[in-house]
Amino acid sequence: MTREEIQNGLSEILEEVAGVNPDDVSEEKSFTEDLEVDSLSMVEVVVAAEEKFGVKIPDDAVQDLRTVGDAITFIEKAAA
Amino acid sequence: MSSIDVVVTGLGATTPLGADVASTWDGMLTGRSGVHALEEEWAGDLPVRIAASLAEDPTTHFDRVLLRRLDRSEQIALIAARQAWADAGFAPKDGGEGDSLDRERLAVTFGTGIGGALTLLAQDDILETRGPRKVSPFTIPMLMPNGPAAWVGLELGALAGVHSPASACATGAEAIAMGLDVIRSGRADVVVAGGTESVIAPLPIAGFAAMRALSTRNDEPERASRPWDKNRDGFVLGEGAGALVLERADHARARGARIYARLAGAGLSSDGFDIVQPHPDGQIRAMRLALENAGVSPSDVHHINAHATSTPVGDMLEVEAIRKAIGDHPVLTSTKSMTGHLLGAAGAVESIATVLAVHHGVVPPTLNLDDPDEALDLDVAAGKPRDLQINVAINNSFGFGGHNVALVFQRA
Repeated sequence: MTREEIQNGLSEILEEVAGVNPDDVSEEKSFTEDLEVDSLSMVEVVVAAEEKFGVKIPDDAVQDLRTVGDAITFIEKAAA
Repeated sequence: MSSIDVVVTGLGATTPLGADVASTWDGMLTGRSGVHALEEEWAGDLPVRIAASLAEDPTTHFDRVLLRRLDRSEQIALIAARQAWADAGFAPKDGGEGDSLDRERLAVTFGTGIGGALTLLAQDDILETRGPRKVSPFTIPMLMPNGPAAWVGLELGALAGVHSPASACATGAEAIAMGLDVIRSGRADVVVAGGTESVIAPLPIAGFAAMRALSTRNDEPERASRPWDKNRDGFVLGEGAGALVLERADHARARGARIYARLAGAGLSSDGFDIVQPHPDGQIRAMRLALENAGVSPSDVHHINAHATSTPVGDMLEVEAIRKAIGDHPVLTSTKSMTGHLLGAAGAVESIATVLAVHHGVVPPTLNLDDPDEALDLDVAAGKPRDLQINVAINNSFGFGGHNVALVFQRA
């Protein structure tokens, strides 16, 4: 999976569970501050991402995933 | 009696008869039944296969993201509250300029009899089939019984308090009584009060059926809810929500609001008798306290929207209580003959019917009273609406647990 493919997958999830416009999603965007994903929606995003990318994202890793780029990097490594 | 006068300035509802107050009221006046056969596969094995479902699918009012966070009972509470809010002449929170109402003077009293049972059941299915990690993080706020009140408060920006009484089938009425107290005690100028319920699903139906509380007239859905009729055999489960904007009368007049009626008083009592069996003494006390609270006498009461759910015991017990507390002169009706029993929303939707009866001078009919119970010696508006100049009307609501609430509405 390329970083772009992961970003596109995350965009789909963010649109579905949190109503985020895919055009607003880019690597430097913060989930909570820029994309306004609240804590409970973030739980949904994580669970959906685990399913979509076939990875495990432990709860204690989630707090370090501040930006979309952080999440892409985590998923890239976890899927490798 | 309180020196603070409280009036009703806004109404909102979504019910088995219609998606708003106008269509619900029209359905009542034309004597339409909202009861139908349950065609869903899950209903096949149930002893009861009829219900009064909503006339309109509520999900069309919300975007996909919000729908992930709202139990159906919360959706319809919001729909009813939005309607009542607009009907009272206030602007929606995100409607640009908005209105000048001080949100620190706005409270919400909104209840549900059961809470987010549909969410609880659906998420339990997910837990069983897909595991705990797939359970929605919104499960708790969707099933908590204060959820509907909280969502209404959030949407309108209420800052004077959000309250959610729970008294089974008296919940909607108790919420209105609580709203009256909140305004009279000076804690708010405006209260959005109401009730909501949406539990048409196998387990709630099986539970009520196990109590032998539901009608099993599966072959004749529209004839199943028949309060005071000799052949009544239980209530019909319904779903819906109703909301009323209660307001200090001087506040309403100062802003030139339309006033439907006064909420003149409320009477509350508890039976101290049985967890589910009603007792006439508690009902009598509630009605007498309500009249005292409103400062009116029994002879002023022209109309009663009765609790009358179509159960063999309850209907005639209430008749006895009305005769003792008020007399034999009021014109009775049971709009449950059309809406089914809306449980926690019943007191709210029936208060709306009572307010409109006072406002328009017409009592909506009771359907299916073909062969009145021999003990029915009071005047019921059976079959068709009754034109009646109403000074004072009472709405009765009684709930499992022995909760009795009587509300007094008076022509403004």
